[in-house]
Amino acid sequence: MSDPLMTAPLVLCIALPLLGALLVTALPRWSVSLGIVSALATAGAAVALTAAVWQQGTLHLILGGWDATLAIALHADGLAAALILMVNLVGLGISVYATDYFHDRLRVGAFWPLWLLLWAALNGLFLAGDLFNLYVMLELLGIAAAALGALTGNRDAVAANLRYLLVGLLGSISYLLGVALLYTAHGTLDLGLVAQRIAAAPELFAVDAAAMTLMVAGLALKAALFPLHFWLPPAHANAPAPVSAALSALVVKAAFYLILRLWLDLFWPITGMAAAMLLASLGAVAIVWGSWRALRAERLKLLAAYSTVAQIGYLFLFLPLLTATPPGPARDDLLAALLLMALTHGFAKAGFFLAAGLVQTHAGHDRIDDLGGTAQRLPATTFAIAMAGSALIGLPPSGSFIGKWLLMQSAIATGQWWWVVVVTTGSLLASAYVFRVLSRAFGLEPTPVRFVTDARAEVPALTLALVSVAVLGLASGPLWRLLELGSAGGGA
Amino acid sequence: MSWDYAALLPGAIVLSSLLPGVFIFLLQEESHILRTVLNLIGAVAKLVLVALLIYGVWAGQVFETRIAIAPGLTLVLNADALSVLFVTLSTVLWLVTTVYAIGYLEHSTNRSRFFGFFSLCVSATVGIALSGNLLTFVIFYEVLTLATYPLVAHRGTPEATRGAKIYLAYTLSGGLLLLVGAVWLRTLTGPVDFQEGGVLGHLSADVHGQLVVIFALLLAGLGVKAALVPLHGWLPQSMVAPAPVSSLLHAVAVVKAGAFGIVRVVYDVYGVELASQLGLLAVLSVLASFTIVYGSVMAMTQDGLKKRLAYSTVSQVSYIALGTSLLGPVATIGGLVHLVHQGIMKITLFFCAGNYAETLGVANVSQMDGVGRRMPLTTLAFTVGALGMIGIPPIAGFVSKWYLGLGGVEAGQHWVLLVLASSTLLNAAYFLPILYRAWFRAPPAAWPKEHHFHTRFETMGALLWPPVITAVFCLLAGLLAAAPFSPLEWARLIAEREYGL
Repeated sequence: MSDPLMTAPLVLCIALPLLGALLVTALPRWSVSLGIVSALATAGAAVALTAAVWQQGTLHLILGGWDATLAIALHADGLAAALILMVNLVGLGISVYATDYFHDRLRVGAFWPLWLLLWAALNGLFLAGDLFNLYVMLELLGIAAAALGALTGNRDAVAANLRYLLVGLLGSISYLLGVALLYTAHGTLDLGLVAQRIAAAPELFAVDAAAMTLMVAGLALKAALFPLHFWLPPAHANAPAPVSAALSALVVKAAFYLILRLWLDLFWPITGMAAAMLLASLGAVAIVWGSWRALRAERLKLLAAYSTVAQIGYLFLFLPLLTATPPGPARDDLLAALLLMALTHGFAKAGFFLAAGLVQTHAGHDRIDDLGGTAQRLPATTFAIAMAGSALIGLPPSGSFIGKWLLMQSAIATGQWWWVVVVTTGSLLASAYVFRVLSRAFGLEPTPVRFVTDARAEVPALTLALVSVAVLGLASGPLWRLLELGSAGGGA
Repeated sequence: MSWDYAALLPGAIVLSSLLPGVFIFLLQEESHILRTVLNLIGAVAKLVLVALLIYGVWAGQVFETRIAIAPGLTLVLNADALSVLFVTLSTVLWLVTTVYAIGYLEHSTNRSRFFGFFSLCVSATVGIALSGNLLTFVIFYEVLTLATYPLVAHRGTPEATRGAKIYLAYTLSGGLLLLVGAVWLRTLTGPVDFQEGGVLGHLSADVHGQLVVIFALLLAGLGVKAALVPLHGWLPQSMVAPAPVSSLLHAVAVVKAGAFGIVRVVYDVYGVELASQLGLLAVLSVLASFTIVYGSVMAMTQDGLKKRLAYSTVSQVSYIALGTSLLGPVATIGGLVHLVHQGIMKITLFFCAGNYAETLGVANVSQMDGVGRRMPLTTLAFTVGALGMIGIPPIAGFVSKWYLGLGGVEAGQHWVLLVLASSTLLNAAYFLPILYRAWFRAPPAAWPKEHHFHTRFETMGALLWPPVITAVFCLLAGLLAAAPFSPLEWARLIAEREYGL
């Protein structure tokens, strides 16, 4: 699999946004056009990568020609390819939206390099095949994200994102400690090799378990799993809209992806039901607590941020179900459902935040109680919020409906029926907070003149929301095939 | 997925209103000619497609659209005799209601939004009618909830917002229970495809306890929309919606979707024998009977005309559930034929109520003195609908009650006659005073809020002809009940297939 044509997208997915970041820094006058060109090129590389994985199966590339135990490895299986595709399409939508969002030169000049850097880090993280490379990408991601989040420059945003930065550093350090333990015990950083050695050396259980605890705890902090979510709502709610979209839809997802990767590929021999149950219970509390806080939120973007806390919770519910299900079609369904929920949330939350940003720009604020008129004057935006909202609730035909269907099916089949109660409670609360916003759009305001008011901003928001509702919900079959190709089978 | 005619037709029937709906959203508010054209093209195209479907099903052709969403999860739209009954009802009444709505909403605000959701609502309803498995049914059932919410909230007044919120709280909670029941059932049996005679007969007796709980979940979910007491609380509240919406809600879309779902679950999922053996039919018949009497009693106490009609719906829709809950083909015929008969009668009554409100500003029963002289054609249509509801021959409602009573006797459940008799008396008690006021009392000196339309009839043509046409349907359905393709004959065909006769 070293055919350079096939593996080129692996490198391009990381190199193109990095190159773009350099260019926009060097030529700030052209930053918007250079930025959008880089975004298009990167998204193109991601599509090519997914197509390559679709045709060839897992791609693997070792850079620099070093020995595999220490080399920088890039690796793309079906799971990574699906997430890469989502991240890059959402990234493209955010970029188009951002071309018209920032208006003063300072912010335009700061946004594009940081955003492309963040994008490169995201792609790097999904493609990294060794533990140290993952750490580097994680760190880069955290720094770029915090800097972007503080871009509005107001006090709240700076304070929230400084906290975000420190929390992120803490998480990365905890992860790094775990990596150090694993390296000491097994003498390699390559994911595949460490996995083999963990499986082959049950006598090192104590070290492995300690490493797992450190790494998962550090990443759970970054993924904002309850009760480590405290930093997320202020950071995401105070960032500029395109940044909020990227943070909530993509960055948090990257941390969860890493947990899943470690859980399925690395620590599979030593993860027990107890650990899975612990994480899922935290996820369950996150669903109820996050949804409740979203319902009580006074501001639209804060609502969306708390909804992210809840939605991340759903992803953790899958862990005990995966543990309880033996390999076979039922487990494939479960993995696909997990992936489907993550992807749907990515598209839906990005669409939601972009639309919320438009509402905020037009109304001058985002207090939900006073938004009625604005929501009614912007039908396309309200539509985007409605569609993204129904994907957050898990109403058909959204992707999360299929995800929840399979989640509940597996919960009943494995006898863990209490998760059904959690899912239904979460869905009810989500309906309440989504329709609390939407009900404002039916007031006595005059009829809007046309459907689309501001195409460059509304079309990306609407498209992202539409993908989460119609495409992922009605044609999710390819995900099964992608996962079949990959090695994310657990213990494989 | 194959691409021949028989595999495309059910999908095309759903799309024929969905696509115009999507385009209508994008239209500018002023382009009302284009909007009207799109509306009518959708409605007529759907009618033509349904006519092809009826002809095909009659000739024994199998129509099925299958779309794989994911491995093991398939969206199935197919046409059996039962779906044809409901599809035809919704398609015909949608055309009539579209004409009515165009007239009703002339010069009002947010029409693109209204007609967009209106089309989505009908697409969801025919989707429900054509659903070939439980997954598809659940999907369209939820879409219907979402598409109807903006219609109920349409007026934008605080009451409208409140009514819509209550509607949503009930229907979304119900939808979740339905979802849990459907998922649970799937873990026991695999994909639940609807089949005449039921699909659960092969399950061992060990899971019968689970089946009872699942039935309770499904019934709770469906009962919300079908307005079974005590899940009916949203229906009178959602009367704030504009008249065409109320008509569609009560006659075709929401309430009927719930009743249709109950029919599907009893006959084509559980199978009437298994349902009876598990004691589920007994529960359903008690609930339905209570709802019939309770709704009628509540209707008597309402002064608002639309509210009175709403409680009447609560009562009348449960006739369908009652017919379903009695073991035996005759009761089945009675329930199924009432699905159609209640639809055409209730839509007539709501159209008329809308006409009184739009033309004269009359919204309460106490204001209706002498409306028959001012609006004779509308009041004539109203009279046909009301007498039909009471069950006076030869109007459609009589046929339903006759078969239901006969079915009760056949099943050995003589108390059904008592329920029917008391309901008939109560129906008369809340409808006859209206007719008396309308025809025999002197009109007031001035109407509360009279509009003069420039026409030689009593009101605008688009408002007048729809109720007149549907009133004629009520008469024809009763008079020609024995003719081929009448609702009764079609219900007989379905009952024969369900009981394997």
